[in-house]
Amino acid sequence: MPSSPLLQVEEVSKRFRVQGRELHAVEKVSFQLDAGKTMGLVGESGSGKSTLGRLVLRLLDANEGRIVFNGQDITKLSPKQMRPLRRDMQIIFQDPQASMSPRMTIGAAIEDAMAIHNIGTKAERQKRVDELLERVGLPTVVKYAFPHELSGGQLQRVGIARALSLNPKLVICDEPISALDVSIQVQVIQLLQELQKDFNLTYIFISHNLAVVEYLSDQVAVLYLGEVVAQGPAEELFATPTHPYTQVLLQSILKMPEDTDKRQALTSIQGEIPSPFNPPSGCTFHPRCPFATDVCRQKKPERKLVGSQHSVTCHLAN
Amino acid sequence: MAEALLAIDDLRVQFDRGEDEVFAVNGVSFSIAEGEALGIVGESGSGKSVTLMSALGLIRENGKIMAGTAKFQGHDLLKMRPRQLEDIRGRDIGVIFQDPMTSLNPVMRIGDQIMESMLTHQYAGRREAFERTLQLLHEMGIPEPKARFRNYPHEFSGGMRQRIMIAIALACEPQLLIADEPTTALDVTVQMQILALLQEQRRKKQMSIAMITHDFGVATNFCDRIIVLYAGQIMEMADTRQFLRQPAHPYTMGLKNSIIEIGQRDRQLSPIPGMAPTLTEPPKSCSFASRCPLATERCRLELPALREISPNHHVACHRAEEVLAHAI
Repeated sequence: MPSSPLLQVEEVSKRFRVQGRELHAVEKVSFQLDAGKTMGLVGESGSGKSTLGRLVLRLLDANEGRIVFNGQDITKLSPKQMRPLRRDMQIIFQDPQASMSPRMTIGAAIEDAMAIHNIGTKAERQKRVDELLERVGLPTVVKYAFPHELSGGQLQRVGIARALSLNPKLVICDEPISALDVSIQVQVIQLLQELQKDFNLTYIFISHNLAVVEYLSDQVAVLYLGEVVAQGPAEELFATPTHPYTQVLLQSILKMPEDTDKRQALTSIQGEIPSPFNPPSGCTFHPRCPFATDVCRQKKPERKLVGSQHSVTCHLAN
Repeated sequence: MAEALLAIDDLRVQFDRGEDEVFAVNGVSFSIAEGEALGIVGESGSGKSVTLMSALGLIRENGKIMAGTAKFQGHDLLKMRPRQLEDIRGRDIGVIFQDPMTSLNPVMRIGDQIMESMLTHQYAGRREAFERTLQLLHEMGIPEPKARFRNYPHEFSGGMRQRIMIAIALACEPQLLIADEPTTALDVTVQMQILALLQEQRRKKQMSIAMITHDFGVATNFCDRIIVLYAGQIMEMADTRQFLRQPAHPYTMGLKNSIIEIGQRDRQLSPIPGMAPTLTEPPKSCSFASRCPLATERCRLELPALREISPNHHVACHRAEEVLAHAI
């Protein structure tokens, strides 16, 4: 019998009440993630991908569904019960500076996480700070610096070092490279890859950059208005995009052409993501879908398998 | 080539940081022809925004223009009085920024903001300006212009706000539009919509566009010519065609290699090591040498001049010919 996955997310939903109105941020999302693997979450702003990451970490409470981590149902655990588990689940943010105290040195910020969890003596922790900084490719003198003295790329490495300090099993990477320059992005992607291999880390990689998500992920879920519209093995999902929204996202990527006569036509689909307060009837993508029919406008599509592990939520798929 | 609408020559800009000076723009020269779309590409700190913003008098207080000229239709913008410059900015040169929320007035109806630009520049009278605002909103793809005229910026999505910014920038029919990362904060599907809109407007109005971006995909699909900036210097400048076929600067090659595309799961990454320098003195050698896989002793000692290696293809690299010959 195969070992159970590190993370199971089952039919998880999250609704927010905003000014008396209900907003469906995440709707019945399910996936499983094995240790050492990466789940990519893609979607445009407002798709619910970050909310989903926070639900998994229990930084937000789900309204429905179940989250099982390392064999334990954590959906209903109290903050106190969650505490020992926090070591195993860490997060890296888009803007590491915003998640660091401006008055704390880099060394103190990394050590802090270990101190909170009573790991080692002060001397041991400080030795570990040096090791971690070296591991993420920073000189150890960085520990005396303050966040504002570092570049965006260096700060993101610090964010990674801090997440690693507790030897986590699962790391949620929430747009970790979006704010970085292209040449620095590749450095951070490579670092994340190496660390995954070295420490058998499990990642949930959240990004609006489809190519990077495909590159890093084993499984991918495409979200639209809080719902998964397509899910499957990374390569297959993008090589044979079956859901019209996945196709639209792929067509919207502006690649560097080989020559000027191979440039992409700047054509696009109409409209924007509708208000989540008032999602469209039927398939929520129908107002923007080039193939929408009457059934799409009226009836919610079911999830269908289009490959052994590749599923889409679309009436037109078969 | 058509006559230069804007010609920047040997521009040098410095920022005072108290304890030291940052050399942000170090002798940058280029021009934008009438009707041309020029892509100015670089990473943060490369000087891509500072170059054009300082020409427009939109530079932070601690910035100083040390040398150079920026001639718009033959008149040096750098020598103009603030009033004169204000007159050109918004009328002859329109500007759009990355984040429309910080450049739109949050407490003013968007219609009034579009009208204001036409009224201050005496481009049109009230009635005419009002009619033209409705027309612009329609052209920008904002549904129900009459009703939306009375809305405030926060009542629009990010993409719609960028359309409003474009409407303001285009209100007085400028000859030059400076677009500073206009789609960076937007989702890909919205980015496409905005670029399509800009392209359509450019064709219709025969307008020149300077597209400042960090994104090679955006620049090469949209622009006629590309400039790559690094440490406040032009590293490479070429027609997009030449640029795509035969990039000749190792930095350009490195950036190109840094782009991950769909279907490259098996690819080995080869990042450019290190990070871009912040120059606290004028460059005396190649600013890219410390990160360059091809750097030699000469590169560390001698500043490479920007030279024309083939017609309309300029490169600032001692080893450009070798890069081309071996496609290294």
